[in-house]
Order: sequence, then C-alpha cells, then structure tokens
Amino acid sequence: MKLSLPEKQNRNMETTQDILKSERQQSWREDLRKSMKAKERTSRERVKMLEQDPHIRNKNHTEVNVGLTEEMAIKEAQRCLDCVDPTCISGCPVNINIPKFIKRIEQGEFLESAKVLKETNALPAVCGRVCPQEVQCEASCFYVQKLKKDPVAIGHLERFAADYERNSGNISVPEVEERNGIKVAIIGSGPAGLAVAGDMIKWGYDVTVFEALHEIGGVLKYGIPEFRLPNEIVDVEIENLRQMGVKFETNFIVGKTSSVDDLRKEGFEAFFVGSGAGLPKFMNIPGENYRRIFSSNEYLTRVNLMNAANPDYDTPVFSGKNVAVIGGGNTAMDSVRTSKRLGADRSMIIYRRSIEEMPARVEEIKHAQEEDVEFMNLNSPVEYFADENGNVNKMRVQKMELGEPDSSGRRRPVPVEGSEYDVEVDTVVVAIGVSPNPLIPASMPELDVTDWGTIKVDKDSMQASIEDIFAGGDIVRGGATVILAMGDGRKAAKGMHEYLKEKVRNK
Amino acid sequence: MNKIVEKEQLNNNVVRLEIEAPRIAMKRKAGHFVIVKINKKGERIPLTIADADPDKGTITLVIQRVGVTSHKLCMMNEGDTLADVVGPLGHATEIANHGTVLCAGGGVGIAPLLPIARAFKKAGNRVLTVLAARSRDLIILEKEMRDCSDEVIIMTDDGSYGKQGLVTHGMGEILDREKVNLAVTIGPAIMMKFASLTTEKYNVPTIASLNTIMVDGTGMCGACRITVDGKTKFVCVDGPEFDAHKIDFDEMIMRLGAYEDQEREDYEKYLETVEN
Repeated sequence: MKLSLPEKQNRNMETTQDILKSERQQSWREDLRKSMKAKERTSRERVKMLEQDPHIRNKNHTEVNVGLTEEMAIKEAQRCLDCVDPTCISGCPVNINIPKFIKRIEQGEFLESAKVLKETNALPAVCGRVCPQEVQCEASCFYVQKLKKDPVAIGHLERFAADYERNSGNISVPEVEERNGIKVAIIGSGPAGLAVAGDMIKWGYDVTVFEALHEIGGVLKYGIPEFRLPNEIVDVEIENLRQMGVKFETNFIVGKTSSVDDLRKEGFEAFFVGSGAGLPKFMNIPGENYRRIFSSNEYLTRVNLMNAANPDYDTPVFSGKNVAVIGGGNTAMDSVRTSKRLGADRSMIIYRRSIEEMPARVEEIKHAQEEDVEFMNLNSPVEYFADENGNVNKMRVQKMELGEPDSSGRRRPVPVEGSEYDVEVDTVVVAIGVSPNPLIPASMPELDVTDWGTIKVDKDSMQASIEDIFAGGDIVRGGATVILAMGDGRKAAKGMHEYLKEKVRNK
Repeated sequence: MNKIVEKEQLNNNVVRLEIEAPRIAMKRKAGHFVIVKINKKGERIPLTIADADPDKGTITLVIQRVGVTSHKLCMMNEGDTLADVVGPLGHATEIANHGTVLCAGGGVGIAPLLPIARAFKKAGNRVLTVLAARSRDLIILEKEMRDCSDEVIIMTDDGSYGKQGLVTHGMGEILDREKVNLAVTIGPAIMMKFASLTTEKYNVPTIASLNTIMVDGTGMCGACRITVDGKTKFVCVDGPEFDAHKIDFDEMIMRLGAYEDQEREDYEKYLETVEN
C-alpha cells in the first residue's frame, strides 16, 4: 500500500510562510508589482458588482449578481498590493492563496487563476457567491486594516475566475496522486463533505460520498436559492470532483440504508459525517401547525430542490400574497426573497431584534430591501389564527425593545407588555434556525454527542469519540456557513489522512 | 434507478408493485417506509413498505390512485424504472409477544398492516384482524391477512362483503368479547381517529401508523408535523407509529388537506392529458 503526503502537509506553518514568500518573489509577481505605483493602486475605488434591476429580478429566479467583466476584474485585481504579509489568507477558512490568484487575474491569466483557487478550494464558484467575505478575507485585507478603505473585492474576483474557467469550457481537473486503494466514506454531500472529498481524492484515496436526497450538493441545492447560487454551477463543481475520481451514491441514508458497521464490512476504513443541521426549529406558539405555515427548509426545498415554482414539475408550493417570514438570518432572507419571486404582494421579515443585530449578510439584507421586502424589526409572533379550513389568515405580533446584552453580546429583546397587534397573512415561513440531524447519532449510540445533539470532535483533527469517525459542518457546529463547513472539511481530511497513515503503519 | 419487476392490479384503483431495491430489502422491518420519486420532474412521496424479499432484493409497495403521482405510479409497468427510492425510513414497529393483538386496517391501509400482523403472529401473538372498506372490491390482500391472523372480520360500508358497517363495529365485536392487549390501526386518518376512540373506551393501548405529507422524509422539512400529547412531532423521524390515543387526529386531517385545491386542479389537468 502506498501512502504519501502532499508536500505542504509535511511542513509546519513557518515553511508555509516560506512557500508564500518564495512564490511572491517569482519574477512575474515582481514585474507585476513594479508595473504600477502603489499609490495608483490604492487611489482606485472598489469595483461594484453588476446586478439585475431590483424590480425585474424580484419577479424572476435568475441570478441577482451578474458578475464582473474581464476589464472590471483586471482593474480590481490591480488594487491588490500583493502584500509582504498577506493577512487576507489567514482570514480564509480554507486558506486560499489569495494574492496569487488575484495577481493571475491582473496578468490576464484567468485560467491559471482558477487553478490556484482549486489548490485549496473544491467549490470556488460557490464560495465566490455565498461566502461572507466581508467578515473573513476582506475584513483582514490591508485596505481595511491599515488604509481604512474598502477592501479588495476578493469574493467578486474569486467568482470571476471560477466563472471564467467554467464558461471557457476549459475546466482543469486538479492532479491527483496515485490511487492507494484505501476506501473512505463521506456521509452527506453538502459543503463539508465535498471539501473532504476534494482533499482525500487528491491524496489518492478511494472516496465515496453518500447522499440521502436524490441530488448531490446538500444545502447548496435544497437551501440556497437559484437567484443566489444557480444549481447548474454547483453541478459543474461536483462534476469536477467526479472527474477527479470521487464516487457519489444518492438515495443512500447511512444509518438506515446501510449502517456504518455494514460499510466497515464493505471495506471502508474511515468516515466523515457531514450530515448537516437538518431539523427545523419552530417557536411552539399557538396555531403554528395551521396550514400554510412552513419551515424555511420545507419552503426552500420545494422551490429549490423540487422546482415547485415550475409548472412542469409535480411538487406543489403555495404562492401566498401576504407572506411573513420569521427570522433574521440568511435563510430568512432567502425565504422572503423567494416569496417575492413566487408573486407575493407583501413580503415581510418579522425579527425580534433590530436590523443591526440581524445575522444575515449585509448584502442579503440590502438586496431584500431593494426588492421591496418590508422589515418589521423588534417584532415577534405570539399566535396564529386560521380560517375554517385551517389556512392561516392572521398573526398576532408583539413589539419588542432591546434590553441588556445577552451571551451572544447582542442586546436581548424584551417583550413590550400590551403591544400586541394583528397582521393579515396567508403564508408564514418560520426561519429561526435548525437543530442537528439526529439520524447518524441515533444509529451510533456509542458516539459522543452534546446536549444539543451535535457530534463532539477534536477541534484540530475533527475526530469524533470513535476513532474512524470524523465530523464537521453543521452536525458539529449546529448551524453556520458554507465556508466554515468547508474549513471543517479540510481539517477533517487532514485528520483522517493522519489517522489512516498511522493505521497503515501499524498494520 | 429502481426497476419494477412485478405488477399486480389489486382492484380498479390499487396496484401492487414489486421493486428492485436490494439494500432496502435487507434492512427493512415491519413499519418502515420509503420515499419514492418517479422521474426527474416528479414529487417525493412516502409509501409504507408492504413486503420485502431480501434474497430477490425487492420490496413491495401498494399504491392507491388518488392524485397525479399515485396515478402515474399505477400506470407504470413491469420493466419500467423509478428514478429514486430511498429508505427504509422511520422507526420499525416494536414487535413483542403481548398476548392478543387486534389489527384494524382500512382500504389501502391494509397493505402496510400486513407485515405488522405477520410480525406479531410470528412473535407468538393471537392476531385478530378487522378489515374494512367501502365495498367488496376495495378489500385487498384478504388471503395474506387470513394466513397470519387467527380470525378475520370483514366490514364493508355497503354490506357487499362480510358484515355491513364500519371498522369500529368489527373492533367492538372483538373488544366486547375478549381481552385485547394491543391494537394496531392503519388506514385513512378519519378511520384511525374512530378506531382509536373505540379502543380508548376499552383501555386498550393502540398504535396508529401515519402517512402524512412529506418532502425529504429525513426530518428536514417539517411538513409531516403533528401534535402528539400536546407536543409537535415529526412523523418521518419520530414515527410513523404513535400512541393513537395521544394523536391530535383533527389537526392531522386538517394538515393532510394542505394542498388539496392545487392537487385536485393538477389531477384534473393531468387526467385530461391522459384521456386525450
């Protein structure tokens, strides 16, 4: 059996810095730096993403952000100073070599730029669209840290390079090491699982991804709407993994269709659990089970995964006229913007804190506002009412005010006594969060889980209490972002790789 | 892709399909269900597994024609394939020797009741069965149920077969006569509601197996939520079987109709395309 480590893995942090440094000293990088004065670079305004007009896009499902032109991308890439100490990289959960990919864009070598992205990121076109760059790489950018200016548009540039490659029809398949014949199973095909698959296949493993649904992609498919992340783009990145040798099994629920033990008997030597935070939370207030009150998972799954808005597809969805979405996160924004596209006259966000405390990305809130979504902040539903058929027709809402900060550091919402009033609604979407999917933990009683049902792992190796089980993403975090799940996936891949090397050594 | 290897028409509106699904056939126990999607544009619907043959690698589903998807399923033939079948889902029935078990099935609910009756029989119970439907041709799987029951009472609304009356009449006959330790009921929601009210009078613990609207079937969507003992439960991951005496059947019936207008409209449109 042959096992080898990718070079970077063998080196410690210091040498990773050395690699970055030596790459930075390559002549093409030096020439580029000299080609323009720093002052000229920093005097430019940050590029603005091209967008569909708000009142056209809130009636269609095509992408809101249109992308950058080649000229815009090169101009933006020129803003990047190619810093000696690229702080942006440490702001990225998957440590993309940001200056290198941006300088390839500045050079006009867009395909090379895409290759750089794929060195560390299995899903660049996805991350370029849905990552909260404003709190990650872009927040660590020299422009923000030292110049107090708008950061380089790293996210827009990542998207540009990935899209350029896809549209060129010239998609590079990253090199993979010689097959080592060791079988590993990835449970769940969401961002965490795909990140693990991307690394493990590069390192020579025989990788199979098991997915419960009929499509690969997890939350990227059922959760994030077409207007923010087209399914076609997810499919291209998955196809890339397939080209690298990753096998995918849909309609396969590990713990039900086969147990982890069954798969061990079939020769799988390590497992990554990335089964996500499947269970929707409800508020448990009176009337919440009336018809046309949906979880955001149900509402979005019907529209995104099942294509319910397209009359050619069999799955129905209710297209309400007065839609209230409860919650303030990205899923709430996705749901409320979806309701506009399904023809709602009035789409409302009901959130118990103020707009500043909403967990949604600033861009999503801005887009929703532009699309005529009403924001009813400092409001919380207390009861629902229905007509004689059980269809919701009214919600009672209580006003809130902000009190002392709570454990999250945000000011706690406090109900205002006697402030209740009624709002007419015909559809309600509850988007107040999810809990971990219990299917896998329930099928392995010996696995250590927290009181919240998340899997306990070592935070560096992502190894669980059973030695051949690793886990990451929402099943560990309880509800986070695509990129944090991918970061977990990369850590878990390293952990799994170390574990398997040790196992082979001891054989 | 799952191939249909055998098809049998049980009556005008009900078919039995035997489908290739080797892994599910090996794992499945009485009470489990699967989610089926016919083709790329199809919807995901839950169907209880009526039987399985692990050696052949097949599972059996019984489908009643009620809407677009079930109609399409009923029109499929041997050799056709279903795009997606996933399972086995839900908790299996807890099988033990309780003594006497009363199995009450209505209409197409007789199909999922069959493996449960068989399992209770195999565990050494005395199995008493009441099968009910509107009329004679809607009583399905009678022979199979007789094979695993110590006694079978058949009830039809119109008296065209067995005795005239509802499932509750047949159940009452048994409950008046002898001690029953456990009852199991599967059928239309309204039937289960009254079956449950009947056994409650006799203080007989009762299980109802529910078939609600679902999308994913793995706990993700919450479309299947019901109230049991005042708490919200998901039929897919907490069920599909619950203590019948604690189920809020009225709420469940209300929720089952969530898409009835759209479904009726879609079905009428679909029927026009089939007939023309």
